[in-house]
Amino acid sequence: MNRIHRFHGGVHPPENKRQSVRTPIASAGIPPQLIVPLSQHIGAPAAPVVSPGDKVLKGQLIAEPQGLVSVPIHAPSSGEVVAVEDRLVPHISGHSAPCIVIDTDGRDAWIEHHGTPEFRALDDATLLECIRNAGIAGMGGAGFPSSVKLRVREGKTIDTLIINGTECEPYITADDVLMRERADAIVAGARILSHLTHPAETLIGIEDNKPESIEAMRAAIDGDDIRVVVFPTKYPSGGEKQLIEILTGKQVPSGGLPADVGVICQNVGTAAAVYDAVVRGRPLISRITTVTGEGVREPQNFEVLIGTPMSYLLAKAGYQEAASNRLIMGGPMMGFTVPDPAVPIIKTTNCLLAPTEAELPTPPPAQACIRCGMCATACPASLLPQQLFWFAQGKEYEKLEEHNLFDCIECGACSYVCPSHIPLVQYYRASKAEILQQRRDHAKAEHARQRFEARQERIEREEREKEAKRAARKQAAEAKVKGDSSDGEDPIQAAIERARAKKAAQQTQGAASQEDELASLEKAVVSARKRLDTANEKLAQAEKEGSDRVAALATGVEKTRAKLDNAEAALRAHAQRAGETTGQASGDTDAAQLAIEKARAARAADAQLSPGEKAKATLTSLEQRLEKSREKLAQRKAADDEAKIIEALESTVERLGEKVEQARKQLEVTEKA
Amino acid sequence: MLELLLQHPMLAALAALVGLAAVFGALLGFAAVRFRTEGNPIVDQINEILPQTQCGQCGFPGCKPYAEAIAAGEAINKCPPGGEAGIQALADLLDLEVIPLDAEHGEESPRPAVAFIREDECIGCTKCIQACPVDAILGAAKQMHTVIASECTGCDLCVEPCPVDCIDMLREEETLQSWHWRLPDPVSRRVEIIATDADGDDGASEERAA
Repeated sequence: MNRIHRFHGGVHPPENKRQSVRTPIASAGIPPQLIVPLSQHIGAPAAPVVSPGDKVLKGQLIAEPQGLVSVPIHAPSSGEVVAVEDRLVPHISGHSAPCIVIDTDGRDAWIEHHGTPEFRALDDATLLECIRNAGIAGMGGAGFPSSVKLRVREGKTIDTLIINGTECEPYITADDVLMRERADAIVAGARILSHLTHPAETLIGIEDNKPESIEAMRAAIDGDDIRVVVFPTKYPSGGEKQLIEILTGKQVPSGGLPADVGVICQNVGTAAAVYDAVVRGRPLISRITTVTGEGVREPQNFEVLIGTPMSYLLAKAGYQEAASNRLIMGGPMMGFTVPDPAVPIIKTTNCLLAPTEAELPTPPPAQACIRCGMCATACPASLLPQQLFWFAQGKEYEKLEEHNLFDCIECGACSYVCPSHIPLVQYYRASKAEILQQRRDHAKAEHARQRFEARQERIEREEREKEAKRAARKQAAEAKVKGDSSDGEDPIQAAIERARAKKAAQQTQGAASQEDELASLEKAVVSARKRLDTANEKLAQAEKEGSDRVAALATGVEKTRAKLDNAEAALRAHAQRAGETTGQASGDTDAAQLAIEKARAARAADAQLSPGEKAKATLTSLEQRLEKSREKLAQRKAADDEAKIIEALESTVERLGEKVEQARKQLEVTEKA
Repeated sequence: MLELLLQHPMLAALAALVGLAAVFGALLGFAAVRFRTEGNPIVDQINEILPQTQCGQCGFPGCKPYAEAIAAGEAINKCPPGGEAGIQALADLLDLEVIPLDAEHGEESPRPAVAFIREDECIGCTKCIQACPVDAILGAAKQMHTVIASECTGCDLCVEPCPVDCIDMLREEETLQSWHWRLPDPVSRRVEIIATDADGDDGASEERAA
């Protein structure tokens, strides 16, 4: 016998369970139309695989799961799909959501299906796949995909498998009647789950207010592999973490999962559904739903097809709309008001409560918190509801998280005991939602920031690249301009060069022609002189021999001399011309340069000489020139040349004589000095 | 030396204190160089709070520049997307007074918006693509453009440049997935059942009592 542990807090609201267990489970039958929402579980909505006009059979897959945390949906009965559209769903927001609408044909014809009675032959993966394909999501109310919860993570071992038959919330008896009437299915399902998770022990936890169920379960267990554990009634013993603490004494750590302490918890309804899925091959298409409250004449439990409109089910139980002040899905502690009776029953609808105003009166308006601390006493999660309330009012989300808001199971015990009727749980739910929203927003902001920064970086990089390209282009252009300008300057330069070259060529050509002319003239002079010499020799010979040819020879000599004179004159004239051209060219740099150099050289030569020597040299050169000039004059006189020439030569001789006199005087002066 | 100190305890104390001051001064000096913090950490903290819509409604070209401006003394009430909550967070961080949002820069919108291009009318001018601060618009020259809704921050910057006015800012509709509980209205509360006193359960709690 297991020791029963206690958990902190808890409340004892009126149970009100008796009225709905007086009759056995009734079948709700087949409604004319089934509205099957695509999202009946926690996680991603399923994606429809049928379209309007399709005929479907009972148990046929009509929507497949999207992602890991999702479950498929099957047709609850045979018929025709008439619409896949948004319909009002049982959700507190009153929003519409996609649903598959099936007009039933009443035949309730099953699709071909087969189970595996020898489930022990199946491996874990196959079993999990089977459970997932059957569309099983937690039947206790939350609707978390069972195959995900049952997947034991690598390296983790499960000590305890708990089958939750607590059903602690008032009014609800769906699990109670299930345990009474289908204990075999639950036990078989528990064995499948046990086979899958390999726990050291498997426990079925039932509150002591269900003696018939306890009896039935114990009778159904023919073995010692599963034990039924009975514990005192207290709300919310059925909460997963609370039940784990009651049965094992272990506390699930804050923010952790039951698997962290080696426990897996499954509802009895889930166990029965697993049995149906594995052994009988039937997907989850119906469930047990309690219809109760003073608003219905015959409170009872129904086996109802998923997608059955609540109004259809309520009519079966004798719903008096006028008597009931509201319709609640779930129990009075955690349930919510459904927006419209036309919404369908879904996989998590364990109870429909239609209370009268006298039965469940509208609470009076909330008053100020008087800090009585009753909420802290009642809290099964050992939180400080009053403190959380203050922080929630002040929207101090960080403080709320520090005070473990996310450990709140939203059981409503605090609101139940609050003497000021403060809707505490709603504050916590709103704050939780706000914090989650902020986390999402922050993640999105971070994402946007990264994208923004990436874009900025890209723009900067592109700008840099553009700048680099521009610089490269500019450089290239500059280089080209430089090249062009050298080309452009070249013509000028070339022109200059050409001009120079031309000039040089002209000069050289001119010089060449002058030289040629000079050479030819000199040649002519030389040959004329030779001829004159030979003529003179012949004449002298003839005169010696006394030949009669003397006269002829003398005229020949005369003629030759005249020729020589002509040649010499031409040579002189040419020399004069050449001197003129040189003088003309003296404007040229080269000529000037040459003159300068000559002058320099002369100066340098002069500088090397002493004044006496200089004067002597000058005198010598002048005497030489005088001698030459006298010779020339004598020649001219002898040749009876033109008077003009003789005169010019005489004046030259005179000038030179004067110069010689001056130089002689200079020499004397220097010698004296 | 030792004797001198022993004879003058005052001197010994002074020497000890001066010695300690020198040692710790050197340590602090070393730490200041060795563990220098690059950049201004307060700018990053401010930038964390800003909503990163990059809308420029504050008058700065993006959230980071505004964060830098706030660090340099700019008013904290120029960010409409951040709203009152953003101002509150900035005031807490910088130890400033909470001031109301500067209406000059726009109003806080209750729900985020997403840009939507009416694709039939788009002429493919790429002007909105150049304006988008987070590269959330897809398209090419003379090709139809479209907004990647999940990347759009709703900053509005693409609306103005569009030459054919084919961009709408759509407020996100609340869906079953985006719906969440609101705080109870303390004035006109519609109280309903015992525990929640309001409208009930969203069916999202895994730890529900059986």
